[in-house]
Amino acid sequence: MNTVIETRNLVKRYGRHAAVDGLDLTVEKGEVFGLLGPNGSGKTTTILLLLGLTEPTSGTVRVLGLDPLRNPLEVKRRVGYLPDQIGFYDNLTARENLLYTARLSGLPGAEASARIGYALERVRLSHAAERRVGTFSRGMRQRLGLAEVLIKRAEIAILDEPTSGLDPQSTQELLDLIGELSREGITIVLSSHLLTMVQEICGRVALFNRGRIGLMGKVADLTSDVLGGTHVVEVEADGVDLRTALAGAPHVTGVVEQRSGLWRVDADADARPEIARRVVAAGGSLRTMSIRQTTLDEVYVRFFEEEKVHAAA
Amino acid sequence: MPQREGSPFTGLATVALKEAADHMTSARIHLVMLLVLLTAVGAVYAAIGQITATVSEDQFLFLRLFTTAQEPLPSFVAFLGFLLPLVAIALGFDAINGEYNRRTMSRILSQPIYRDALLTGKFLGCLIVIAICLLVLWLLVIGLGILLVGLPPSAEEILRGLAFLLASFVYAGVWLAVAMVFSTIFRSPATSALATLTVWLLFTIFWPMLSPLIAGAIAPVDPFDPMTAVDRVEVERAIARISPNTLFGEMTLAILNPETRSLGLVFANQLSQAVIGAPLPASQSLMLIWPQLACMIAALLVLFTAAYVSFQRQEIRA
Ligand SMILES: Nc1ncnc2c1ncn2[C@@H]1O[C@H](COP(=O)(O)OP(=O)(O)OP(=O)(O)O)[C@@H](O)[C@H]1O
Ligand SMILES: [Mg+2]
Repeated sequence: MNTVIETRNLVKRYGRHAAVDGLDLTVEKGEVFGLLGPNGSGKTTTILLLLGLTEPTSGTVRVLGLDPLRNPLEVKRRVGYLPDQIGFYDNLTARENLLYTARLSGLPGAEASARIGYALERVRLSHAAERRVGTFSRGMRQRLGLAEVLIKRAEIAILDEPTSGLDPQSTQELLDLIGELSREGITIVLSSHLLTMVQEICGRVALFNRGRIGLMGKVADLTSDVLGGTHVVEVEADGVDLRTALAGAPHVTGVVEQRSGLWRVDADADARPEIARRVVAAGGSLRTMSIRQTTLDEVYVRFFEEEKVHAAA
Repeated sequence: MPQREGSPFTGLATVALKEAADHMTSARIHLVMLLVLLTAVGAVYAAIGQITATVSEDQFLFLRLFTTAQEPLPSFVAFLGFLLPLVAIALGFDAINGEYNRRTMSRILSQPIYRDALLTGKFLGCLIVIAICLLVLWLLVIGLGILLVGLPPSAEEILRGLAFLLASFVYAGVWLAVAMVFSTIFRSPATSALATLTVWLLFTIFWPMLSPLIAGAIAPVDPFDPMTAVDRVEVERAIARISPNTLFGEMTLAILNPETRSLGLVFANQLSQAVIGAPLPASQSLMLIWPQLACMIAALLVLFTAAYVSFQRQEIRA
């Protein structure tokens, strides 16, 4: 594997406030990498630094082995960017808008129009190609922005909240599209607040917290790191204290009482038979038991809960 | 500044042409152009009435088209001096901040071009529009003149007319640069428009009143020393020349009135041998306006550099 994006001790300050505070990030070729974190945690700023759209206060950035400040043209030629709040020239049609950026990126006319036609088809906007972008909905603009990334045939696509403002169907289509791009060998870096979606498509994620990376790794590894388990068993049982009943049970990594009679058990494997056995052995009556994979939501919520506790302490 | 690879001019022509096309089709510019066209035609028409009424023997009948004022209308040059800045401001006040507000800036600058190309391209695009507009006006005046006065312009008049065209172009360029500077400094187009208009008002209306006051403070006149009076006039003139409007006025005076021999104080001894009222050859008139023209071009470059520096350091978060 070779590294396509690498930052080392990257810092960006606005006055005394550090938006990005000592960031070490590596993204390998062909990965789908997710940037997660609460509002204002520095995701967009990190993306701007990667693209050379803002200058770092200190630290280094390497994109495809190049410095975005020293070799901006080469970097921008090979990296596609979908900004979080995307805008177009409302008085121009979709095709004219794309043609303008295609020209700016140096594509000759014939090649540009061929690629534009193909890209519009791929984001399902062919029918609206000759319409003024002023008449487009939020989601259509978002898709048009993605078409622009496609036209560029970038090696890396950096998407800042690509699904914001999209309906569930468009979101799914976008995910499929991102999946396709990834299979074509394009490295994808995306930021998002839709954790289920990120979990679905991202190979690795980084959890941002106040300008730093709190956690980074594969989704499965994160769940076991933060929650100690990859599975969650919800148990409804009466007449038993599950915490004592499950003490020392294999695979069980945590027990939380969510409300009276409802327990949440974290486990790193399917521990249902063991739980059932122990509930019955302790004299409790087992009502229901369900198991599911841990979601990134839970990791996220738990991680930031812990952070809050740390911050308060 | 790190060493950069690649040409800063990649994409320049694309940006310039797109800008020019945008302006040519925008309602805002159409309105301003209509205003300019109507006033220009009105002024020239009135001037023609005046010229044909007086039917004087005049070697430079055609140039009088530009400079003759028929009460209550000012002359064509006076109109241009007033309206050209407005055209330039209308073109330039939202050049850069407009891109931020449309949220197109980051999309454009994530293409493989330098920021230089965007700024310079926008400037050139606006200059193209100004050039086209001025050329149309100029041809219109000449055409009206030929039609209504019935005389073809002489070669010298054409030469002086072209010099006038160039002077107007540079003058509009200075105001365009002012508008561009404010459009990079202020994020809101309303603020930048207001700031530019304030500068315009200052130089158009208040500067002529202010410069004698300032000069009076800097160089008071001693009633017993006549040289202090001369100094004062010189100082006042220097201060007045900070305004591009003054420079433009002096240039048009020298170009369009061939009798103009100097743009400053003239002493009687300097006029010995001179035939008062005799026209200067075109080349001499051009020599006369050269400092003014150079000053305006310098001002334009300084302003553009200011816009460039302020834009180069900006964060592109939109
Ligand atoms: N121009 C600026 N001046 C001062 N502070 C800024 C500026 N731009 C961003 N910040 C601050 O930097 C921090 C990081 O902002 P950033 O936009 O990177 O967050 P984000 O993770 O993208 O958030 P969101 O999820 O809301 O998009 C925020 O605290 C923000 O207030
Ligand atoms: Mg953001």
